[in-house]
This record gives sequence, C-alpha cells and structure tokens, in this order.
Amino acid sequence: MRWRAVPLSAWIGMAGMALAVFCAVFAPWIAPFGEREVVGDIWLPMGGDYLLGTDNLGRDLLSRLIYGAQTTIFVALAATVLAFCMGVMLSFTAAVAGGWTDQGLSRVNDLMMSIPTLIFALIVLAVLPQELWILIAVIAVLESTRVFRIGRAVALDITVMEFVEAARLRGERRLWIIFREILPNTLSPLLAEFGLRFAFSVLFLSTLSFLGLGIQPPEADWGGIVKDNKDGIIFGIPAALIPGAAIAGLAICVNLVVDWLLNRTASLKGGRGDG
Amino acid sequence: MAELLEVRDLKIGATAYPPGEPPQDITIVHGVSFTLQKGRVLGLIGESGAGKSTIGLAALAYGRGGVRITGGEVRLDGEDILALGGRGIRDIRGRRVCYVAQSAAAAFNPAHRLGDQVIEAALRHGTLTRSEAWERAKYLFGVLGLPDPDSFGQRYPHQVSGGQLQRAMTAMALCPGPELIVFDEPTTALDVTTQIDVLAAIKRAIDETHTAALYITHDLAVVAQVSDDIMVLRHGNMVEYGPVQQIIEAPQEDYTRQLVSVRQIQKPEAPEQSGALIRIDGVDAAYSGHFKVLHDVNVHVPRGQTLAVVGESGSGKSTLARVITGLLPPSKGAVTFKDKALPPRFADRSKEQLRQIQMLYQMADTAMNPRQTVRDIVGRPLTFYFGLRGQEKTKRVAELLEQIEMGKGFIDRYPAELSGGQKQRVCIARALAAEPEVILCDEPTSALDPLVAAGILKLLMRLQAETQLSYLFITHDIATVRAIADSIAVMYQGRVVRFGPKSQVLSPPFDDYTDLLLKSVPEMRLGWLEEVLTTRRMQSAGH
Repeated sequence: MRWRAVPLSAWIGMAGMALAVFCAVFAPWIAPFGEREVVGDIWLPMGGDYLLGTDNLGRDLLSRLIYGAQTTIFVALAATVLAFCMGVMLSFTAAVAGGWTDQGLSRVNDLMMSIPTLIFALIVLAVLPQELWILIAVIAVLESTRVFRIGRAVALDITVMEFVEAARLRGERRLWIIFREILPNTLSPLLAEFGLRFAFSVLFLSTLSFLGLGIQPPEADWGGIVKDNKDGIIFGIPAALIPGAAIAGLAICVNLVVDWLLNRTASLKGGRGDG
Repeated sequence: MAELLEVRDLKIGATAYPPGEPPQDITIVHGVSFTLQKGRVLGLIGESGAGKSTIGLAALAYGRGGVRITGGEVRLDGEDILALGGRGIRDIRGRRVCYVAQSAAAAFNPAHRLGDQVIEAALRHGTLTRSEAWERAKYLFGVLGLPDPDSFGQRYPHQVSGGQLQRAMTAMALCPGPELIVFDEPTTALDVTTQIDVLAAIKRAIDETHTAALYITHDLAVVAQVSDDIMVLRHGNMVEYGPVQQIIEAPQEDYTRQLVSVRQIQKPEAPEQSGALIRIDGVDAAYSGHFKVLHDVNVHVPRGQTLAVVGESGSGKSTLARVITGLLPPSKGAVTFKDKALPPRFADRSKEQLRQIQMLYQMADTAMNPRQTVRDIVGRPLTFYFGLRGQEKTKRVAELLEQIEMGKGFIDRYPAELSGGQKQRVCIARALAAEPEVILCDEPTSALDPLVAAGILKLLMRLQAETQLSYLFITHDIATVRAIADSIAVMYQGRVVRFGPKSQVLSPPFDDYTDLLLKSVPEMRLGWLEEVLTTRRMQSAGH
C-alpha cells in the first residue's frame, strides 16, 4: 500500500477518528475541569474560562464532552466487537455447515431482525438492571443480526470456491475452514462493515441515552449531554447542539474511512475501481 | 485486388492497476501491420495476452475496458476509421464491420427473440426493410444449417443450444451484409462435436457471402481450416505472418514451430493393465436425489497408470470424480480403493484414505486460497498429514517446488503473483505434498495456453515415471488423451460407452459416438474440414 494513494477524504476521516480516540484515552489529562465538577453558573456562553460554555448544571461542557468521548467510544467499540464476534462466528458456521444448522440460525436471525431494534432495546433495558455490561450486550446482540446477514452472504460466496472444497477433502475441521480459509478472504468487506456498525452503535447508544435508558447520569456521554441540555434550545442556548455535532462528526469520519476501505476491497477483487 | 482493411503500425495502450501501486500506462500492442482483401480470411493466433482480441476490436475502432488505440491507422477501403469520430464510427459498426463474440450465450439479450436481435443492426442502419431483413435472416439460418430456418427466429436464446446460438450470432453479423466480420474465438467455448458444425457453417457462410473476416483463436488447427492467411502474435508483437500453408507446413520462427508441434507428446501405453488401484463398480449417481447423471459406470484405474476420462460437457465425467472423492455419494454401486471399499461420504473416510486420493482442478485460480502464500498452500498438507513444522516443513516445501520445476524463490509468493501455468504447478505440488497414490485431474490443462499445457502434461508424466503415481485424467481434448493415457473411458450422457486400453479404444470398429468424437477433433493440416464433411455427406447419403 502506498500512502500517496490514500484519498484526502480518508485522511480527514482518520484525523477525526484519531482526535476522538485521543480525547477518550487522555481525558483526565486534557480536560480543563472534572467530569462532574460544577464550575459556574448554568448555561454560560462560550468563551473565557469555559471554551464551550457550561451545561444545565453549571459543569464545563468541553470537559464533559471529552469525558463523554471516553464512555461513548468505549461502549460503542465494545458492543461492535462483541457483535462481530457473535455475528461472524454464527454466520460462518451457518454458511459452512449448511442444511438445518443454516436454516435454524438464519430463521432465528430473521425473527430478531423483524422486531424494530429501538423498541426491542427499550423493552429489554427497562426490564433488566441498568448496568454497563448489559447495555453493551443488548446493543451487541441487536447489531450482530446485521453482521450475521452480511457475514453469511460473504461466506457463502467463499465456501463454494474450490480451495475450500480442497480443504474439506483434506479432512480439515470446520473451525480451521472458518478461520484459515474463509475469514482471511472476507476480512476486507467485514472490516468495512465494522466501521459502519461502529458508527451505528454510537448513534444507537446516543439515542438510548437521550431516552434515558443508556448511560446513567452523572456519567457523561454524548447522547446524555444532548438530553441534559435539550431544554436550553428553547432559550436559544446551543449547548445541546455541540455534542450532537460531535456524534455527527464521528459518524461521518468513520464513514469516510469505510468508503475508502470499500473501494480498496472492490479493487482487490479484480475490478477496475479507482481505489 | 483492392485492400479492404489495411492496418498500419497499430499501437494500443491500456492502464494497468497493479495492487497497491499507482496506475501505470502500458502498451499491449506494439505496432502491428497487416492487410486484408475482399473475401479473404485472416487468422489471428496467439496465447492469452497476445493482444489478438484487442487487434480484432481495433478493426471496429473499439477499445474494450479502458483500452485505447494510441497510434497507427486502421483503413477500411482507404478511409482511416480511427479519425472518424463518434457518428462516423457508429455508421460503420454493425453495417460495414460486424463482430461475433466468444460467448454467444452472454452476448444475446435473453429477453428478446433471436430473430429480432439478428435483424436489429440492418434495421437500425436502414440497409434493409423489416421484411427484407427477415427474408435475409431466414436465408442465413438456412446457410448456417440451423433447424427449421423459417421459425428459428421466433425462439428465445435459452431455447436453443450453445452451438446454435453461436451460429445465430454469425447470422446476426452477416445480416446487414457487412464487408468485414471479426470472429473472436467463436468455437472456443463449444464441445468438439459441436465445434465442427459451427466451423463448417461459418466457412460456408463466408464462402457464400464473400465477406472478409478476421478469425481470432488460440487453436492453430482450427484456424488452419478457415483462414487464407495466418498472423501469429505474442505479447502484442507480430511473430510470423504468411499464407496458411507456409505457417503450418514450413514455419519460419521458433515460436510458430513450437505451436505447430505442441501436440506431439507421446507416451507408450502400459502393457499390463489389470492391477486396479481404484475400481468403480456399477455406480449410479444423482444430484439432489432425482436428476440422475451417472448410469451404471464400471471402470478401473490401474496402479501407476493413467485412465483418461473423455467426453463433452454434461457427460458426467466431473461427477465421476466427485463420486470418487466422496463429495457426491453414489446412489448405487461402490468405489473400491486398494481392494477395500471406500466409505461413500468423504466425511466418513479416515485421514489416511483422504491423503491417498488428491485432486487437481481446472481453475487453479479458485483452487488456491488467494490470502495464503505458496509456503502455506503447499505446507499445510505436510503439517496436516505428517506433522512437519518449521525448518523441516520449509525444506520439504522447497523440495516439492524443485520437483515441479519452479525453485524455492517462489515460496513466499501469493497466487496472484503467479502465472496460470505456475498456479497449476503449485496445485500439483500441494497434491504431491500429501504423497498420494492417485491424483484426480479435472481438466487441469484446458484453461491454459497450448505451450503451457504441454509443460504441465510433461511434468505429470515425469512425476508418474518417478513415483508410480496413478492419474484419473478428465478431459474433453482427444489430443491430450492420445498423449498421456494408458487406458481410456469415453463417456456420453452419463454412461461409459467405451472403456479399455488406449490402443483398443482408439482403433476401429468404433461405436457411433466415439467415431463422431474422434472425427471432430481438428487436425493440424489443410483441407481436414472439407474431408470430414465430405465423408459425412457420403455416409448420410449411404444410409
């Protein structure tokens, strides 16, 4: 790979993602104030000591945004990784095994997908105790249904190839076929899907937080900050829009990188893409 | 006589996209010149990548998929068509110059009737009225020997056979009465028994309509039957250009000489053919339980020898290999290996049984994992069957690469970095790594250029002589069979119609199908096609 061949849009995306990750990792050191520290009056305007102003309780918005990056990215990343582990494993098993295993797994997946995700998540989260790992697990399970769909489709294309047949005839076990023969050949599309799913997880988590079932206050997370400050919009105070912009920005950055990866994938398959 | 087509110093370029590198401009045809007179046929011949199709399409001033004509001139009746511009070229294409593609099945629109597609160009250019065009189409269907010429045009592409479709496409090209037709490998995708009919039809149609033609193919024996002149191409350069007789009988260049003599591998037949390594007894096989593809097959592969299974597509020869490997359990009968019954399903076979039967595929591209290096591909059976790791494994892989005449420099390459012949060699190394008793070869050479294919066959023969390997060699090419077989099984519609030692199977008295098959294989000499057709006519007159 040549760095010069990477388009500008991908560079912008990677820079945005790097900034978000940097904020998340070094939050305690770069945030000017504490996460829960009340530093001044409510909804102070931007500028001065408080670069982005203060929120509905008088906490520094920039600090909360930086700490929020930590929670948001951690939860979204954990959920996406988990979703991929489950989705890829199950979908590849379905594709390689075929027959009843495939039918069973695919129909259960269809069933899950037929329930609107948000309503499903709201019901489950309302019933279960409000803990971080449960939140992650619920998002992961819901996202994994989408991963299953694409994973099965991609793997089916590969399982009919002769090198997989050759591996079967050699007597290889199913796990070897999945991890050594199929997975490396599906990595590019899956990686692209990973980026996309991550962006959706951020949005989904933010939605849940906004509705009060995601991250619980006083912990900061981007969706939660929007919720806390939504009443300010009535008074012409932009505090709710800033975390909203952060969510949109991260989603766009991830998609820019994903678009580039998809292009590269297309050219790997022998197409004459411009990647 | 006036020159119809004059190509002078034609240069064609394209943009290459090497993986991970910026695009590069490359030249694929380096200054080729030739002339073609009215009513004559010029054969363009060469291996894949020689630029023959690209040159053919340049006669229509067309570059496929990013290919650009960068220099030279293409004159049709003295007029440089490269300088014509969009409207002028559209006026020429489909009226004065027509094109016949390799895969007629992919070139016809499945949603329209054949007749409407055949007359489309003539109507579009206003050369003929609808009723005149229909009359001409019917006449051409007749000339091309299509069944029921009056109603043939009413059919849809899926309702006719591949050979008929190819002839319909020739009719489509001839319908507007062009001065020049470009035939791009029109018979390559067809079975030999079908190929001969299409060849005869094309030849007759060219004779009757006095159309000039460029005939592109990789098969010298085919082009010798239809052409007046031949141009041999390699890597976008002209190698030799001359009348058919001179090229076939007195080639000047080394490369042409190799092409002419490529089919002359000979292997003496093994005298003793009784000791069976694999025995197939009364095997019936069916897909999804209903669609029966094998009927009562009885053959055996003698130890250390080659059984060639020959037949056209759909005759069940690949299915036979699937039955032996256990991918398709037979519905009746049994497969015996070393006098012991093999479990019908490969999943029920022991590691040892699996090791002893290895497989070689037609498409080496898809038979290797594109994300594994040669070391991993060849090394895996070593680890899997013999537990070799690290240094030991690397050493053995290097040995195997020596054995297939490639050398250990290839050990860290990916399949995409190998040529077609090298890929097939690596597949052979992978099969050899398992130290098998028998290798089932499913058309391993039919996707390769003749010279490369000959190299693979020689390698397989050498390995057999050295290690007493047995082969079950599936092919549709009689020349390959003659070259390598000890015994032959001829398959037709799922049945073995003839089985025995090579000398017996290939000598008369023949059954009807074997006779047809043997007579359909193009021979590398002039006048072969006419001879066969004359004998056929005499026979049908006699019956």
